Amino acid sequence: MAMAVSEIEALIKAALPDARIAIEDLAGDGDHYAATIVSEAFRGKSRVQQHQLVYAALRGRMGGELHALALQTSAPE
Amino acid sequence: MSDPVFDRIQSDVAANPVMLYMKGTAMFPQCGFSARVVQILTHLGVPFQTANVLEDQGLREGVKQFSNWPTIPQLYVKGEFVGGCDIVTEMFQSGELETLMQDKGIPRQAAA
Repeated sequence: MAMAVSEIEALIKAALPDARIAIEDLAGDGDHYAATIVSEAFRGKSRVQQHQLVYAALRGRMGGELHALALQTSAPE
Repeated sequence: MSDPVFDRIQSDVAANPVMLYMKGTAMFPQCGFSARVVQILTHLGVPFQTANVLEDQGLREGVKQFSNWPTIPQLYVKGEFVGGCDIVTEMFQSGELETLMQDKGIPRQAAA
Protein backbone atom coordinates (compact mmCIF):
# COMPACT_ATOMS: atom_id res chain seq x y z
CA MET A 1 0.00 0.00 0.00
CA ALA A 2 1.18 3.45 -0.74
CA MET A 3 0.14 7.02 -0.13
CA ALA A 4 0.12 9.92 -2.56
CA VAL A 5 2.06 13.09 -1.77
CA SER A 6 -1.18 15.11 -1.95
CA GLU A 7 -2.77 12.86 0.67
CA ILE A 8 0.17 13.24 3.06
CA GLU A 9 0.16 17.00 2.54
CA ALA A 10 -3.58 17.27 3.15
CA LEU A 11 -3.36 15.35 6.44
CA ILE A 12 -0.50 17.49 7.71
CA LYS A 13 -2.23 20.70 6.62
CA ALA A 14 -5.40 19.66 8.42
CA ALA A 15 -3.49 19.36 11.71
CA LEU A 16 -0.96 22.16 11.16
CA PRO A 17 -2.69 24.75 8.94
CA ASP A 18 0.29 27.13 8.86
CA ALA A 19 2.75 24.44 7.79
CA ARG A 20 5.05 24.89 4.83
CA ILE A 21 5.59 21.42 3.45
CA ALA A 22 8.00 20.02 0.89
CA ILE A 23 7.74 16.33 0.14
CA GLU A 24 10.11 14.36 -2.01
CA ASP A 25 9.30 10.88 -3.33
CA LEU A 26 12.68 9.27 -2.79
CA ALA A 27 12.24 5.99 -4.64
CA GLY A 28 9.37 6.86 -6.95
CA ASP A 29 7.36 4.03 -5.40
CA GLY A 30 4.89 6.09 -3.36
CA ASP A 31 6.28 4.52 -0.21
CA HIS A 32 9.56 6.24 0.62
CA TYR A 33 9.28 9.95 1.20
CA ALA A 34 11.29 12.73 2.75
CA ALA A 35 9.35 15.69 4.11
CA THR A 36 10.55 19.07 5.29
CA ILE A 37 7.93 20.81 7.39
CA VAL A 38 8.08 24.29 8.88
CA SER A 39 5.38 25.30 11.34
CA GLU A 40 4.94 27.65 14.26
CA ALA A 41 3.55 24.65 16.17
CA PHE A 42 7.07 23.25 16.46
CA ARG A 43 8.51 26.22 18.32
CA GLY A 44 9.92 25.36 21.72
CA LYS A 45 9.38 21.64 21.23
CA SER A 46 11.98 18.87 21.17
CA ARG A 47 12.59 16.98 17.93
CA VAL A 48 10.75 13.98 19.32
CA GLN A 49 7.73 16.15 20.16
CA GLN A 50 7.84 17.82 16.72
CA HIS A 51 7.85 14.49 14.91
CA GLN A 52 5.10 13.18 17.20
CA LEU A 53 2.92 16.10 16.07
CA VAL A 54 3.44 15.05 12.45
CA TYR A 55 2.79 11.38 13.21
CA ALA A 56 -0.41 12.35 15.04
CA ALA A 57 -1.47 14.34 11.96
CA LEU A 58 -0.98 11.23 9.84
CA ARG A 59 -3.38 9.39 12.12
CA GLY A 60 -1.76 6.02 12.40
CA ARG A 61 -0.70 5.69 8.76
CA MET A 62 2.96 6.10 9.57
CA GLY A 63 4.56 2.71 10.09
CA GLY A 64 1.64 1.06 8.33
CA GLU A 65 0.52 2.30 4.92
CA LEU A 66 3.42 4.67 4.94
CA HIS A 67 6.63 2.73 5.42
CA ALA A 68 9.17 5.47 5.25
CA LEU A 69 8.78 9.18 5.76
CA ALA A 70 12.03 10.87 6.68
CA LEU A 71 11.19 14.02 8.61
CA GLN A 72 12.91 17.33 9.04
CA THR A 73 10.90 19.72 11.15
CA SER A 74 11.51 23.25 12.34
CA ALA A 75 9.81 26.45 13.42
CA PRO A 76 9.94 29.46 11.05
CA GLU A 77 13.11 31.56 11.40
CA MET B 1 -2.28 -1.46 35.44
CA SER B 2 0.82 -3.38 34.52
CA ASP B 3 1.58 -4.44 30.97
CA PRO B 4 4.20 -7.20 30.71
CA VAL B 5 5.68 -5.77 27.49
CA PHE B 6 5.95 -2.28 29.01
CA ASP B 7 7.56 -3.84 32.11
CA ARG B 8 10.10 -5.56 29.93
CA ILE B 9 10.92 -2.36 28.02
CA GLN B 10 11.12 -0.43 31.27
CA SER B 11 13.64 -2.88 32.70
CA ASP B 12 15.58 -3.09 29.39
CA VAL B 13 16.05 0.66 29.19
CA ALA B 14 16.88 0.86 32.91
CA ALA B 15 19.48 -1.93 32.72
CA ASN B 16 21.12 -0.80 29.47
CA PRO B 17 22.37 2.79 29.29
CA VAL B 18 22.19 2.67 25.48
CA MET B 19 19.32 0.48 24.28
CA LEU B 20 18.29 0.12 20.65
CA TYR B 21 15.07 -1.52 19.46
CA MET B 22 15.68 -2.52 15.89
CA LYS B 23 14.84 -4.86 13.03
CA GLY B 24 17.44 -7.60 12.99
CA THR B 25 20.60 -7.64 15.08
CA ALA B 26 23.60 -5.32 15.33
CA MET B 27 25.55 -7.89 13.32
CA PHE B 28 22.76 -8.49 10.77
CA PRO B 29 20.37 -5.54 10.58
CA GLN B 30 17.31 -6.28 8.46
CA CYS B 31 16.30 -2.73 7.66
CA GLY B 32 18.34 0.17 6.31
CA PHE B 33 17.15 2.57 9.01
CA SER B 34 18.12 0.17 11.80
CA ALA B 35 21.47 -0.44 10.09
CA ARG B 36 22.20 3.28 10.01
CA VAL B 37 21.64 3.73 13.75
CA VAL B 38 23.87 0.71 14.50
CA GLN B 39 26.53 2.24 12.29
CA ILE B 40 26.35 5.57 14.12
CA LEU B 41 26.54 3.97 17.59
CA THR B 42 29.44 1.80 16.45
CA HIS B 43 31.18 4.86 15.04
CA LEU B 44 30.73 6.73 18.34
CA GLY B 45 32.25 3.72 20.10
CA VAL B 46 29.62 3.52 22.83
CA PRO B 47 28.53 0.14 24.19
CA PHE B 48 24.91 -0.64 23.32
CA GLN B 49 22.37 -3.39 23.68
CA THR B 50 19.84 -4.27 20.97
CA ALA B 51 16.50 -6.04 20.87
CA ASN B 52 15.18 -7.53 17.63
CA VAL B 53 11.52 -6.62 17.22
CA LEU B 54 11.14 -8.97 14.25
CA GLU B 55 11.43 -11.90 16.66
CA ASP B 56 8.71 -10.64 18.93
CA GLN B 57 5.49 -9.15 17.54
CA GLY B 58 4.35 -8.13 21.05
CA LEU B 59 7.54 -6.18 21.58
CA ARG B 60 7.28 -4.62 18.10
CA GLU B 61 3.83 -3.17 18.87
CA GLY B 62 4.60 -2.55 22.54
CA VAL B 63 7.64 -0.39 21.98
CA LYS B 64 5.63 1.82 19.59
CA GLN B 65 3.03 2.42 22.26
CA PHE B 66 5.62 2.81 25.00
CA SER B 67 7.20 5.82 23.29
CA ASN B 68 4.16 6.95 21.27
CA TRP B 69 6.38 6.55 18.23
CA PRO B 70 5.18 4.63 15.16
CA THR B 71 8.43 3.35 13.70
CA ILE B 72 11.46 1.18 14.45
CA PRO B 73 14.39 1.74 15.17
CA GLN B 74 14.07 3.49 18.52
CA LEU B 75 17.04 4.61 20.58
CA TYR B 76 16.94 5.04 24.36
CA VAL B 77 19.78 6.57 26.37
CA LYS B 78 19.63 6.22 30.17
CA GLY B 79 15.98 5.32 29.96
CA GLU B 80 15.06 8.33 27.84
CA PHE B 81 13.68 8.01 24.31
CA VAL B 82 16.05 9.91 22.00
CA GLY B 83 14.39 9.27 18.65
CA GLY B 84 14.31 7.20 15.49
CA CYS B 85 16.68 7.08 12.55
CA ASP B 86 16.12 10.68 11.33
CA ILE B 87 16.65 12.30 14.71
CA VAL B 88 19.64 10.11 15.59
CA THR B 89 21.23 10.91 12.20
CA GLU B 90 20.58 14.64 12.57
CA MET B 91 21.98 14.64 16.12
CA PHE B 92 25.03 12.67 15.03
CA GLN B 93 25.76 15.07 12.19
CA SER B 94 25.46 18.12 14.43
CA GLY B 95 27.60 16.56 17.18
CA GLU B 96 24.67 16.61 19.63
CA LEU B 97 24.60 12.85 19.98
CA GLU B 98 28.21 12.70 21.12
CA THR B 99 27.52 15.50 23.61
CA LEU B 100 24.44 13.67 24.88
CA MET B 101 26.46 10.48 25.43
CA GLN B 102 29.12 12.44 27.32
CA ASP B 103 26.55 14.30 29.41
CA LYS B 104 24.86 11.01 30.29
CA GLY B 105 28.22 9.54 31.28
CA ILE B 106 28.31 6.82 28.62
CA PRO B 107 31.91 5.62 28.34
CA ARG B 108 33.49 5.31 24.92
CA GLN B 109 35.21 2.07 24.17
CA ALA B 110 37.86 1.38 21.59
CA ALA B 111 36.36 0.27 18.28
CA ALA B 112 36.36 -3.49 17.92
